[in-house]
Amino acid sequence: MSTRPGAAVAAGGGMVRPVGIVTDIATVARRSVRSLLREPEAMAPALIIPTFFFIVNIGALESFVERSPGIDYRAFQIPVAIIFAVTGISRASVLVIDIQTGYLDRMLVTPVRRTTLLLGMMVADVVLALALSHVVVAMGFVAGVRFETGVPGILLFLGMAVAWSLAFTGFPYTVALRTGNPAAVNSSFLIFFPFAFLTPAYLPRELMTGWMQTVAAWNPVTYLLEGMRSLLSDGWQAAAIGKAAAAIGGLALVTFVMAFRSLARRVATG
Amino acid sequence: MDGVDLGVDAGEIYGFLGPNGAGKSTTVRMLCTLLKPTAGQATVAGYDVVDRPGEVRIRIGVALQEAALDERQTGREILDLQARLYGLSAADRAASIARAVDLADIGDAMDDRIKTYSGGMRRRLDLAASLIHGPEVLFLDEPTTGLDPVSRAQVWDEVRRLNGELGVTVFLTTQYLEEADALADRVAIIDGGRIVEEGSPAELKRAVGADVIVVDLPPEAIAAAAAVAETLPDVDAVTRGRRGVTIATADGAATVASVAVALSGAGIHPRSLTVRTPSLDDVFLLATGYRMSAVDPAAGVGGAAPGSGSRAATPGSGGP
Repeated sequence: MSTRPGAAVAAGGGMVRPVGIVTDIATVARRSVRSLLREPEAMAPALIIPTFFFIVNIGALESFVERSPGIDYRAFQIPVAIIFAVTGISRASVLVIDIQTGYLDRMLVTPVRRTTLLLGMMVADVVLALALSHVVVAMGFVAGVRFETGVPGILLFLGMAVAWSLAFTGFPYTVALRTGNPAAVNSSFLIFFPFAFLTPAYLPRELMTGWMQTVAAWNPVTYLLEGMRSLLSDGWQAAAIGKAAAAIGGLALVTFVMAFRSLARRVATG
Repeated sequence: MDGVDLGVDAGEIYGFLGPNGAGKSTTVRMLCTLLKPTAGQATVAGYDVVDRPGEVRIRIGVALQEAALDERQTGREILDLQARLYGLSAADRAASIARAVDLADIGDAMDDRIKTYSGGMRRRLDLAASLIHGPEVLFLDEPTTGLDPVSRAQVWDEVRRLNGELGVTVFLTTQYLEEADALADRVAIIDGGRIVEEGSPAELKRAVGADVIVVDLPPEAIAAAAAVAETLPDVDAVTRGRRGVTIATADGAATVASVAVALSGAGIHPRSLTVRTPSLDDVFLLATGYRMSAVDPAAGVGGAAPGSGSRAATPGSGGP
């Protein structure tokens, strides 16, 4: 019998050994992506909601808003649709079931790195966000939307959507890890509303009511939308892109600290 | 938890016996590195569970209560994930999974989603998954709770085989006295977070006495009957229960007559008088003052001889 630190002889003569963090992430991600692919119906709301709002908003407001010079309202609405599609999607509902069934404990008694249990799920979140973003961009093309910044702009646009989506997952993961309660995780979707609607989602900021302009100025989604719109309508605008990146980074910093602290707490107390 | 002080030898099956809420699962969670003890210390497979949890984790296998499995995956996928979580190389993984598939013995269902599995299939897969990396020490937290008698007997056979053939040290919690009796080399009885009795099932039962006389009584007669029984010669111990008194004695056949006569003389009429050899339930009763058997659907499961039979104890690198 081996007592060499970091290694033990498996019953069949195989060696159990510490592996790299990337391998651990890949292991957890493999399972998360697989379960994602097995429930395509879970993607339906994430596609129906943005499509619905895109059509309704354009139907209701296009001719009105385009009275202001220089606004292509379809291009204006595509970032909104993509934010509606990717904000709040996460594997937190799976995580909370893992907590309830004890499957998380089954993984925690293995030597897998604790942080990779969350990071691996986030890989699946990225895969889903990427898929949804592609669908929304395709919908934009069908509606006649074109990117001023060309293919590099499209890639950055998709990257921003996915990065935003990932930054936002910290909220539901935090709720899942803190409460272990599926109902609470479902309710965490509510936080999406102020983020999504207290913004220039319908009109440019300069056309909004005074108090709403003030609130929107404090909402990171405002800068995300404006950065993404700049790629569509204005060409390469370093300031707009920089603000969008800062908004995503700031949110990610806050939510990831919360989520990984919650993970550490749950792991420490079982 | 309070005052749980135990040692398990390598190659042993150690039974941790107690009613629901006694602290069994809490103890297991601490030993498996899932829960940090607030005080005290524990060493598993030679490593401290708080200071060296990583070393402990690669040496232990754990099947927690309620077979924790992801229902959306297939059995084979669970085994593959488990092997990867332990960092087995591709070749080792294939061999380990093949072994685990044999062990789980659920046939073609291995490639079906787990949500279609019966309780017994889940347990066997869970057990196979916990053994994928060839652990030195196996923790089984109530491995047969909720299983039908046939599935229970299969799990018992498997635990005996793992211990006998592979020398795996087994730490088993159970609320079933039959189970501890059938499997464990040594048993600790836990109640209210404390170990109240420890020893081999045979030793513990011997300590109760050679025989037990069970007197079934109406509730109002219990106190009087106990008082009468305590005055009799050859009575080693008298324990009051909810449904009567239990008398420990060296010679049941001889003592039962004097018990009957003395009770009758005191105007007490038992519903029944039974002489039998002691069970772990009697040990539990003596140690805690109440019986567990009311919650023991395992009672009466046939085919399992008391004691754990012969096994080759293989020296490991230290038990928990």
